[in-house]
Amino acid sequence: MEPTVSFFSGFAPKDLLFLGEAALRTMWISVLSISIGTVLGVIFGWILYEGKWAAALTVAPILDVFRSVPLIIQLVLFYNFAPIVGLNLDPFASGVVILTIYTASLVANVARGGIEAVQPSMRRAARSLGMSYWQDLRHVVLPIGGRAVFPAWVGVALGVMKDSALVSVLGYVELLKASQILITRTQEPFLILTLAGAFYFALSYPISRYAASLERKWAQ
Amino acid sequence: MIEIHDLHKYFGSLHVLKGINLNVEKGEVLSVIGASGSGKSTLLYCINGLEPVQQGKVVVDGTDVHAKGTDINKLRQQLGMVFQQWNSFPHLTALENVALAPKIVKGKSKAEAREIAAQQLKHVGLGEKLDVYPSALSGGQQQRLAIARALAMEPEYMLFDEATSALDPELVGEVLETMRMLAEEGMTMICVTHEMGFARDVSDRVAFFHQGVMEEIGPPEQIFGTPQSEHTQKFLANVR
Repeated sequence: MEPTVSFFSGFAPKDLLFLGEAALRTMWISVLSISIGTVLGVIFGWILYEGKWAAALTVAPILDVFRSVPLIIQLVLFYNFAPIVGLNLDPFASGVVILTIYTASLVANVARGGIEAVQPSMRRAARSLGMSYWQDLRHVVLPIGGRAVFPAWVGVALGVMKDSALVSVLGYVELLKASQILITRTQEPFLILTLAGAFYFALSYPISRYAASLERKWAQ
Repeated sequence: MIEIHDLHKYFGSLHVLKGINLNVEKGEVLSVIGASGSGKSTLLYCINGLEPVQQGKVVVDGTDVHAKGTDINKLRQQLGMVFQQWNSFPHLTALENVALAPKIVKGKSKAEAREIAAQQLKHVGLGEKLDVYPSALSGGQQQRLAIARALAMEPEYMLFDEATSALDPELVGEVLETMRMLAEEGMTMICVTHEMGFARDVSDRVAFFHQGVMEEIGPPEQIFGTPQSEHTQKFLANVR
């Protein structure tokens, strides 16, 4: 009798390691995109707040496009068309670029809301003490407005972290892509998707908890 | 000395100040009274450059507040201001509230700034509240905190914009007491106020504003005793 070749093998402990590594990649691409995207988003938010009609004509429509077009379309378009203009980015770099812009477009409006949350009279008081425009922004608006919109920002950050799963369509082996690979091999989708979900939860939960504890501290 | 020459201020087409001429000497306490919307608060905003002016000028110790080359942030250090809303920075303790500007604006060391802050908080009777956040202070205490915060910049002048108007009646006294103390220490003060008792007892001069015009100015005995202008008489009859 001919020996049979098996294409499938069951879930093994080393696969957990494989998923763990993929979770780290999810974390890495998320941390990068959320950090850079937040900094850019705050700058855009400031432009939206201060720029008035000039911003309404320039920055606002661009941000609207990135906020409105589904992330998966942005990723595929960027990954496939960037080489035409000479940008040969690997899946990871493409993912970071798009997730960063996507984060920035979401954070921009959160940041603008934060600036608006600071009473004009508070800013007058700061300026009346001799603070410059930038000192007022740094020492009064940032901490007060930042705290006001912190929960909204955490929501954006957690959303982007989960949305980073879409970078899998470019072939970057993050958590979701790793799960797909394992499912193909083990034919155990229920187990593996549950594990992947648990990893996402393990990444998000500490952030939510930490955010909640910060908010409690600030509320004092 | 604060010199105001022919000051005009518009908000759009609304003519809020209509040619104010006024000098305030060092050491003087001037109270500004008048109905809401008479331009009293706007005058204070123009004095420390928080509002641009359309005509005329304000000169503080020889410096034109609204001139192009004026370092307004430096000038404002001379002009402490206390607002109707106390505007304490909610994320900072009382001590940090007061120490912030000396540290970042005047470049004092952290220890120095904290020492100044502690001193000023004791000065206004909040020596026990150094490490308390504003949310745990009463309105009157927060307003005294705002006074300490302005004093920490060691200003030459203090501008009070209806400092007691937003306070519950039982808290007005402590703030007026603090303002009275500053007046006795010789601080130059311009107080926009609805507290006629304070204006009468503490001020050297009282100015009455009516619809953007300074109708009358003089010692409190004159303004409250024998007011010349018809509007002043009417206003005082209504507030009494």
